[in-house]
Amino acid sequence: MKGGLAMLEVKDLHIHFHDADAAHDAVKGISFTVPDGEIVGLVGESGSGKSITAMAVCGLLPRHRASLSGEVMLNGKNLLTIPRSELRAMQGSDITVVFQEPMVSLDPCMKIGPQVEEALLLHTDLGDEERKARALKAMADADLPDPERLYNKYPHELSGGMLQRCMIAAAIISDPQLLLCDEPTTALDVTIQAEILKLLQRINKEKGTSILFISHNLNVVKKLCTSILVMHKGLLVERGTPEEIFNHPREEYTKRLIAAIPSRTRKIRDMVDAERAAADKTAPDGNALVGNAPDGNAPGGNAQGISAETGNLQG
Amino acid sequence: MKKKTNFYLLLGSIISGIMTLLILVGFVWTPYSTTKMNASAKYARPSLAHLFGCDNLGRDIFSRILEGAGTSFLIAVTVVAIGLAGGIIIGSLTGYFGGIADEIMMRICDAITAFPSFLLALVIVAVAGGGKFTITWVLGILFIPGFSRIVRSSVAKLRDMNYVKNAKLKGIPDWRIMFLHILPNTFHVILETVIIAFNNAILAEASMSYLGIGVQPPEASLGRMLSESQKLLQNAPFYMLFTGLTIVLLILGYSLLGEGLQHRSNERGTRNA
Amino acid sequence: MNHTSDNYANINTGNSTDHSAAHSAEAAAESPAATRAFPFFGHGDDTPVSPEGLTLKVEHLNAYYTSGGPFSKKRRQQVLHDVSFEIHEGEILGLVGESGTGKTTLARAILGLLQDYDGTIINYSKRPQMIFQDPYSSLNPAHTIGWSLEEALRYSGQEYTKESRRERAFWLLDKVGLLRDHYDRKPDFLSGGQRQRVCIAQALAQIQRPQLIIADEAVSALDVTIQAQILHLLYELKEEFGLSFLFISHDLNVVYQLCDRVLVMKKGEIVEQNTVDELFANPKEEYTKQLLKAAE
Repeated sequence: MKGGLAMLEVKDLHIHFHDADAAHDAVKGISFTVPDGEIVGLVGESGSGKSITAMAVCGLLPRHRASLSGEVMLNGKNLLTIPRSELRAMQGSDITVVFQEPMVSLDPCMKIGPQVEEALLLHTDLGDEERKARALKAMADADLPDPERLYNKYPHELSGGMLQRCMIAAAIISDPQLLLCDEPTTALDVTIQAEILKLLQRINKEKGTSILFISHNLNVVKKLCTSILVMHKGLLVERGTPEEIFNHPREEYTKRLIAAIPSRTRKIRDMVDAERAAADKTAPDGNALVGNAPDGNAPGGNAQGISAETGNLQG
Repeated sequence: MKKKTNFYLLLGSIISGIMTLLILVGFVWTPYSTTKMNASAKYARPSLAHLFGCDNLGRDIFSRILEGAGTSFLIAVTVVAIGLAGGIIIGSLTGYFGGIADEIMMRICDAITAFPSFLLALVIVAVAGGGKFTITWVLGILFIPGFSRIVRSSVAKLRDMNYVKNAKLKGIPDWRIMFLHILPNTFHVILETVIIAFNNAILAEASMSYLGIGVQPPEASLGRMLSESQKLLQNAPFYMLFTGLTIVLLILGYSLLGEGLQHRSNERGTRNA
Repeated sequence: MNHTSDNYANINTGNSTDHSAAHSAEAAAESPAATRAFPFFGHGDDTPVSPEGLTLKVEHLNAYYTSGGPFSKKRRQQVLHDVSFEIHEGEILGLVGESGTGKTTLARAILGLLQDYDGTIINYSKRPQMIFQDPYSSLNPAHTIGWSLEEALRYSGQEYTKESRRERAFWLLDKVGLLRDHYDRKPDFLSGGQRQRVCIAQALAQIQRPQLIIADEAVSALDVTIQAQILHLLYELKEEFGLSFLFISHDLNVVYQLCDRVLVMKKGEIVEQNTVDELFANPKEEYTKQLLKAAE
């Protein structure tokens, strides 16, 4: 496996939003790398800053709404400071994106084919025939059945899973160095999800494309990624391989996150019974708030913390 | 980066605020009587005594403008009120229930809108006889389709929201959902429409009065005064100047206000997205 | 295309004579809350509730959807095929299946929103409630939380004075773990989890035994840690009030955690129906196995 050489290097990234009544630091100084040929997962809940980071990495954060500092190095260039024209040249060829909602990522008035080859239209000077050939190949690589026929169809004629594959085809057609996926499977059915993940793995293996995979779903990330970064409230709280993160989480937040993943090992009723039994043993503190987080921990400690959480605005 | 000042809102508020204040004052007091003729002051130039000068009958122009503006204002307010009331009722019912009634109602509104409304108003008023009461109700009715459409589209957009479905599941009656649950959420859109309609109403009244079918003499009316001032351009050019300026400022002030509000709700929209 | 029986049978006096079908011992075991006292609402402490209490009964339901507006050719498709199942009091029934399999149609049929069907739907729950997937469109942004709760209370059929209604609203907020401060606030700054709590409070406002609540992907849009809290809340409320849930979800693991029994739907049909433990241990249908594998 290729390794060592970093494809993407993010150093001390700070992102601050100027919204008059909600100015805040979305990202508070994070650093990480995506090594060449690897799949890195960036996980976090809403408000963690993972999507903002993703947008910053592909240069899609409007510069007048946010101020960014730090470095985002791709191919030796700092994407945050290079001139717009250079950035535009890289977007769609060196770095491509697959978004969450395939239904709205594609133009409903254009056929599929031209949209898949659009990147080639913008970044190369290939002729029509060549572009179409490349598009068909990309669509085949993305596991789309009968690309010739799909080429001339409109987005509304395809299912969510097929559309997402078209997006992936459009993203890999220019053989990017970095493929950024922002929750690409969240809007899809569970069986389709599994197929898309396999597809991404194959692309990574066959073409050596590095992938930065953003998700809130730890299970998905566990299956796909070679290393995982956990974000919480704008900070990178933990990083490691899936094995390390799942079996030996170090940080409190990571542990909570993992404990909260629905799994087939614990039933809610058992957890509630356990909580009740434990609460009965300790002195009741009169705090009757329901819905405490399940982690089977010793009583007392967490009850206070969680109930404070449900009470205030971050609940 | 600092917050962008909403210039439209600022300027609009100032201008329309001043104008509205003057109009309100004018309802209770004007420097001079607006009807008393004073031969000695005929065509008096603007001075401290007569701010805007006097017209061909020696009447103080400033006072007449105040009264004229006041009349225009009242008529516009009434017209908008009629349009709004009708529009809310029709728009809510059709937007909420949809169906055949909705289709029919909307086609009627389309038909009314298809006419150059001004010509339509002219015809009706000419037939019914001029005068400020006539033009008020005619314009009011002509404004209803516009309001209906806006209210209808807002209500139709919101009727599929989950909180509406929730309300239905709780057994809350339709009328209550329409007026207490949905309508309050259309407030911003309606407000903008009201401002725009107000503008149009002022303009419409002024135009009709200019043509002689609106407010009748000796009552002062901005449109009528504009028409008179045309003939007196040689002797009292300031007459036309000030009258025109007043109309412009009135419309400008409220237009800017309307723009400013639209900008602000766009801002809010993107922020909450 | 006819309704062969009533949509709603007001059988909520809790007398066992009104509950027709025979039920397994499982039903009795599943509703330990059935005999709990029930304050404020409906029946009071002295009305016994049958441990075999049925909340919903659906038999051989076929539903149809007609597409095409007033100017195009209409097409009538069958979207639900021979659906039969029951929900008992105090039971959480899961409903899984991929998108487009008819889960939402089934929910609408149960709520009485469907016209074109044949088969039997007996809803013993007088006013079934629903918790929607998107927390951000479920609360009226123009009004405070307190107002929304009081609206539900106003039409609950219970008489309230101004003060008692307010008290009741506070009680509801307490039950779902929200601070009373939220009463005077608009939903603007509430998080997804908090919003769902408000929705749950609203669903409880008109509670009458038996009470059916349909949770349509109610936790799918929430962060995983919050999801866990809400699942806990649903379970605890179920225990306290003897609620019945139809829990629609695409996430089999969540279904495992929360539900007692589960229906697997594919293309408008129920392909498998079992207790959760059984289904996960011994899935019979190929489709079920596929879903289980994909959710690992």
